[in-house]
Amino acid sequence: MIVNLIVIFMGIVLVNNFVLSQFLGICSFLGVSNKMSSSVGMGGAVVFVMVIAELVTWPVMQLLNKFEIGYLQTVVFILVIAALVQFVEMFMKKYLPALQKALGIFLPLITTNCAILGATINAISYGYSYVESVVYAFGAGVGYMVAMVLFAGIREEKLNNMDAIPTPFKGVGIILVSASIMALSFMGFTGMFQ
Amino acid sequence: MEKKSKLSILTNGIIKENPTLVLLLGTCPFLATSSSLINALGMGLSATAVLICSNIVISMLRKVIPDKVRIPCYIVVIAGFVTLVQFVLQAYAPDINKALGVFIPLIVVNCIILGRAEAFANKNSVVDSALDGIGMGLGFTLALAAMGAIREFLGTGCLLGFTIIPNFSIGFFNLPPGGFFVFGVLIAIMQAATKGKALKAKGFSCGLCPMYNSCNTAEANEEVAAEKKAAAAV
Repeated sequence: MIVNLIVIFMGIVLVNNFVLSQFLGICSFLGVSNKMSSSVGMGGAVVFVMVIAELVTWPVMQLLNKFEIGYLQTVVFILVIAALVQFVEMFMKKYLPALQKALGIFLPLITTNCAILGATINAISYGYSYVESVVYAFGAGVGYMVAMVLFAGIREEKLNNMDAIPTPFKGVGIILVSASIMALSFMGFTGMFQ
Repeated sequence: MEKKSKLSILTNGIIKENPTLVLLLGTCPFLATSSSLINALGMGLSATAVLICSNIVISMLRKVIPDKVRIPCYIVVIAGFVTLVQFVLQAYAPDINKALGVFIPLIVVNCIILGRAEAFANKNSVVDSALDGIGMGLGFTLALAAMGAIREFLGTGCLLGFTIIPNFSIGFFNLPPGGFFVFGVLIAIMQAATKGKALKAKGFSCGLCPMYNSCNTAEANEEVAAEKKAAAAV
């Protein structure tokens, strides 16, 4: 049981990393990783929302299946996630102002982040149990954060000095090529946890 | 808003404001589903169908939807059409549906579609919105197909499953890193060809998202800026 959970967790963090090998959450990955501080904040917010979203959507899916309306999955999930993010934000504003300050500005961004919806749908389609899917969502969030923080480090260290880069690659081009090299290095984990 | 000719609305999305290559929107499906040409076409056409339908419906409802809850309304309309497309694919193209997997339901959160609803369909007539949907959808499909063709050809030596060069394959291009790489090189080529004028977006950031002004993030960013100013003054 525990071994199984560890395999799921490590598998999604390293082998099937959400950003680098499944291409989920690319917009925010490339958009926010220009600063280390904001990428840590965004990563934290994604982990937080992903786990909560998974905690809620898994029982919702059982309910949908019970009434045999599983095909409404997409519509119901996106609405549940959007409502959830709103509630979490309101709750945090009232009771956890410190946390709200750290994560708050990233929360609205997350509603339309495909990583959240992707994780919830994936966990259902893989047929995970409740505990497994929560671990999966947590791992997916952590994987997103790891990729983002590492990439922010590279960008702050190496890509701020644009003089050495050929003109057409300046800006967007070199960011994508560096992401490619990072994805390539993550492929070294292939086959590790299976 | 100035009146535009029908033709310019249609071609706007294909070249001048190509959603992926110029505006850098919808990067997730663009990278994920371009490993082969057939997947790329399937994804492009599905997204186009959703985009046209949602543009038409949102444009029809633009005077009915209250301004404050418009984003949730758009999401519901889009999610409904995505479910329809999913049914059609399951029935008539199960292989493509399986290959695209989670990216079909994820059309819901594709920023091109939500962005066009917000930026175009809620301000323009039904016919114009439909044309905009067709143009933007075709722009996305063409960019995706070009990327899919390059990656499939270099990765396997085939196109649409037909062998072009036997025993030729560079596996890298079929794998995820190849997606990032080809996208980066495509953008660099476009920049070189147009001397840096093509790209509207100067980088990836929240500011270039069409939802920026309506999303709370804009507000939050201003709050943060104001706080920083206050801190600096102290």
